[in-house]
Amino acid sequence: MKISYDRDACQGHNRCYQLAPELFDVDEEGYAVLLVTGEVPAELEEKAKLCADNCPEFAIEVEA
Amino acid sequence: MTDTVPETKRPPVEDWATDFDHTHPDYAANAPEIWDDLRERCPVAHTERFGGAWLPTKAEDVRAIAEDTDRFSSRGIIINDFRPELDIAPRGYAPPITSDPPFHQEARRLLLPPFSPKKIAEWEPMARACCRELLDEVEAELAAGGDVVDAATAYAQDIPVRVIAAMLGLPPEDGDKFRVFIHRILETPGQHEDLDPGETLVAYLSEKIRERRERGADGEDLISYLLSVEGPDGNRLSDEHVFGTIALLLIAGIDTTWSAIGASLWHLAQHPDDRRRWVEDPDVRLFAIEEFLRFYAPVTMARLAAEDTEVGGCPVKKEDWLLLSFPSYNRDPEAFEQADEFVIDRARNRHSAFGLGIHRCLGSNLARLELTVAIEEWMERFPDFELADPGTVRWSTGQVRGPRCLPVRVLGREVSA
Ligand code: HEM
Ligand code: SF4
Repeated sequence: MKISYDRDACQGHNRCYQLAPELFDVDEEGYAVLLVTGEVPAELEEKAKLCADNCPEFAIEVEA
Repeated sequence: MTDTVPETKRPPVEDWATDFDHTHPDYAANAPEIWDDLRERCPVAHTERFGGAWLPTKAEDVRAIAEDTDRFSSRGIIINDFRPELDIAPRGYAPPITSDPPFHQEARRLLLPPFSPKKIAEWEPMARACCRELLDEVEAELAAGGDVVDAATAYAQDIPVRVIAAMLGLPPEDGDKFRVFIHRILETPGQHEDLDPGETLVAYLSEKIRERRERGADGEDLISYLLSVEGPDGNRLSDEHVFGTIALLLIAGIDTTWSAIGASLWHLAQHPDDRRRWVEDPDVRLFAIEEFLRFYAPVTMARLAAEDTEVGGCPVKKEDWLLLSFPSYNRDPEAFEQADEFVIDRARNRHSAFGLGIHRCLGSNLARLELTVAIEEWMERFPDFELADPGTVRWSTGQVRGPRCLPVRVLGREVSA
């Protein structure tokens, strides 16, 4: 699974960081920072999907 | 709902599709049913009240308005009979909430760091202590006689007030003053000409800001931060700017969070299964909080049309009001499965309680923290409770929706000797 994150769409709702701190950090203004590049580790796939499904701004996409 | 509908001077609403009035007590009591009905048969309601306003109820229309800051201005965000003057745009009366681009970003940016998730997390112990203190008071009241307490006024209402007072570095006992100020501004505007000028929000905050400046603004609190931070022009902020920002934080952060906490307790009082699940399954709480926010989203904003345009096929004229109903968005079956059901462990929950786009609630991390801690602490102390009498619950009218009177009966309390 691949994950991508669109910094321009992110408004800092902070849902992703709450759901999956393994995948997302937040910067000092509260915008998300994607911690993985490319492939999502298998054990985090469910969490990656959760992030994509809960971001109010559709800023996160996962691709199986 | 069987909650009481108080008397009103507002004329009765004939048809919600053509004559809606969100300040009418019928709306306060039945808003979700009204949105559902409109979404099916309308879905963009209109009213001639307030000089002309629209109420889109579908998620896609709400999102389109929130994202289009060119066509829909934040110059006016609370619908009333008068429109703010045209020449105050793009700054507006209370930046950043009343600002449009490009000014908006400048005003907002300064405030992002102290409200970022990691900074806000530092306030958790304080928020928790505050909830426990209030619960001690509730318990003392119960011990003095009876088993009924107004969870809205004896608990939910005080939490955001005390937390923001602490963040600003102001004494907790001044919280009561803020509530009076906010009530005057939001619920009875323009009715206080005879007020002693010394007893106003302006006088109070100006004095506190002056004190802080004289003492040297070196504290950890928000007033010190605002006095020491550099604005976009490289200069310190003026007293007026600092004042305006603090006033906005008080106005935007108190009734909203109070409403979210109150509505969540109202729900739990009526759903024993959800109470049990909350207690037995700590992992569900993260999802439960987002479901409270979705289902009982307390805040509806407004916009003013900047040009003749259309929304959902309806012709909107320049200067028409539009209600931006994030609560109705959250109940749209096209955006959510089982939209009209409260699902405590809902995992896919792309709700918009904190808005969408550039105005995303600046206080969302704080509000979420307060809501979580408030419910955790209440449930720890009083895991079992019910509405004392559904007929006495009263919801606020207008754009911030939550229970203002919420008598609950605490069950199964051990009476200590
Ligand atoms: C559950 C509680 C809360 C809810 C549901 C809520 C909701 C909202 C919403 C929907 C907006 C978007 C406004 C728009 O689009 O025009 C907003 C903006 C804002 N909120 Fe909140 N809010 C809450 C608590 C707070 C708190 C605790 C604070 C601060 C102490 C706060 C400060 C602000 C500010 C400053 C803005 C303006 C942001 C901007 O325009 O860039 N809110 N809020
Ligand atoms: S949930 Fe979306 S908008 Fe929020 S911080 Fe994450 S990516 Fe940004």
